[in-house]
Amino acid sequence: MRAVPYGDRAVLLEVAGAEALAGLRAALLATPLAGQVDLVPAARTLLVVLDRPPTDLDLAALRRLVPAAPAAGGAAAAVELAVVFDGPDLDEVAERTGRSADAVVAGLTGARLTVAFGGFAPGFGYLTGLPPELHVPRRATPRTRVPAGAVGLAGPYAGVYPRASPGGWQLVGRTAAVLFDVDRDPPALLSPGTAVRLRAVG
Amino acid sequence: MLTVLTPGPFCTVQDAGRTGWASIGVPRSGAADRAAAGLANRLVDNRPAAAVLEATAGGLRVRAGRTVLVAVAGVPAPVTVDGRPAPFAAPTTLPAGSVLGLGTPPAGLRSYLAVRGGIDVPPVLGSRSTDTLSGLGPAPLAAGARLPIGTEAGAEPFVDVAPVGVPSDRPVLRVLSGPRRNWLAEDAWAALLRAEWQVRPDSDRIGLRLAGPRLDRAREGELPSEGLVPGAVQVPPDGAPVLFLADHPVTGGYPVLAVVVSADLPAAAQLRPGDVVRFRAA
Repeated sequence: MRAVPYGDRAVLLEVAGAEALAGLRAALLATPLAGQVDLVPAARTLLVVLDRPPTDLDLAALRRLVPAAPAAGGAAAAVELAVVFDGPDLDEVAERTGRSADAVVAGLTGARLTVAFGGFAPGFGYLTGLPPELHVPRRATPRTRVPAGAVGLAGPYAGVYPRASPGGWQLVGRTAAVLFDVDRDPPALLSPGTAVRLRAVG
Repeated sequence: MLTVLTPGPFCTVQDAGRTGWASIGVPRSGAADRAAAGLANRLVDNRPAAAVLEATAGGLRVRAGRTVLVAVAGVPAPVTVDGRPAPFAAPTTLPAGSVLGLGTPPAGLRSYLAVRGGIDVPPVLGSRSTDTLSGLGPAPLAAGARLPIGTEAGAEPFVDVAPVGVPSDRPVLRVLSGPRRNWLAEDAWAALLRAEWQVRPDSDRIGLRLAGPRLDRAREGELPSEGLVPGAVQVPPDGAPVLFLADHPVTGGYPVLAVVVSADLPAAAQLRPGDVVRFRAA
């Protein structure tokens, strides 16, 4: 693992895979560095944000950090999202992947998805675990408005838009689930490590 | 209670921001010029986490519902109480019913009004900051907004005045090499340090968009998104760098060439469209 200073208040850890990343995050949640303010998990990196300059000792400690098992209570129990698969891009996804729309839906509902990381908007989770044959590129031209609850695909990821926003993912369906609510504890339905299943309804 | 009579061009409630929520996509936000917001709070002996008003390019007028102690810090701008000049960066008593006015700063962008006790709008995820990127926190202030005053204060302050300089409109910001410098052409770092960069009009609390020579990529392909920090200088495909400020997104997918040192972030937050900024290696 590489650990490089990122400005004078953070260290960027470059990690081989999602599992190692989750383990390192769990280790730093359980035993934070002195002055650790936040952890930002992403696709292949974990950013450790401090309230002070990182030292050589921090870098050394991070480089020999032992991944921990993600805390049992840390990630929420598996979430099942009820999805109406009537998205405007479902037919295009079917065409691109050379199968029927029903087969696309079967592939999506059969997948064991996991939230790898967040970041695009509060409550958005990048879901990994899609079958490789359902990896599709994002739309060439993003939509200026994607409604809240839209379920989309982009590259290796699936995701649900927590609120209306511009977006370039291929939209295959929609859910009525509330992805983010500041008055709820926890506020996000999906957080890194959460297992997710899509269930076809309607 | 403070009542906003006019918010000026743009005014928000800000504190130290929402920390600890990055993993679910919540930006940190908070005062763009943390040092100035902190000074305003200290002048009225507020707790450091107390919320203040961040006025952009002055123009703010508020009426005090009861007698309160206030202080304005950040970029120097003319302060008046009921039309009479009042000191800048000094604890000032606003009698009940009086109106504090903040004029347009001759240089710089953001001034901070602290009220003893703090602005007591309901916190959202532990912070009262308006996050302009994700829409969390109170809406930007509009005329007629009524702001409760809290109790986040310590002992009575005994400071008279804090000396505050006028920010340079041609600052030199110190930068450290960024984590993805190798994604950019070999001379991109030198070009960043050599050129004069003009702050574009579409700059905001999210970031400063800079106009100057085009910074080219050394490699094609997409960088997997990774965490961002305030001060990160990211280079999108158009080659025009963006210097991120308080409301930066949690992650970004373009290479970060350089990172402004945290001590120089206040100066970055005070740049306004048209200002010229330079960088030097820290």
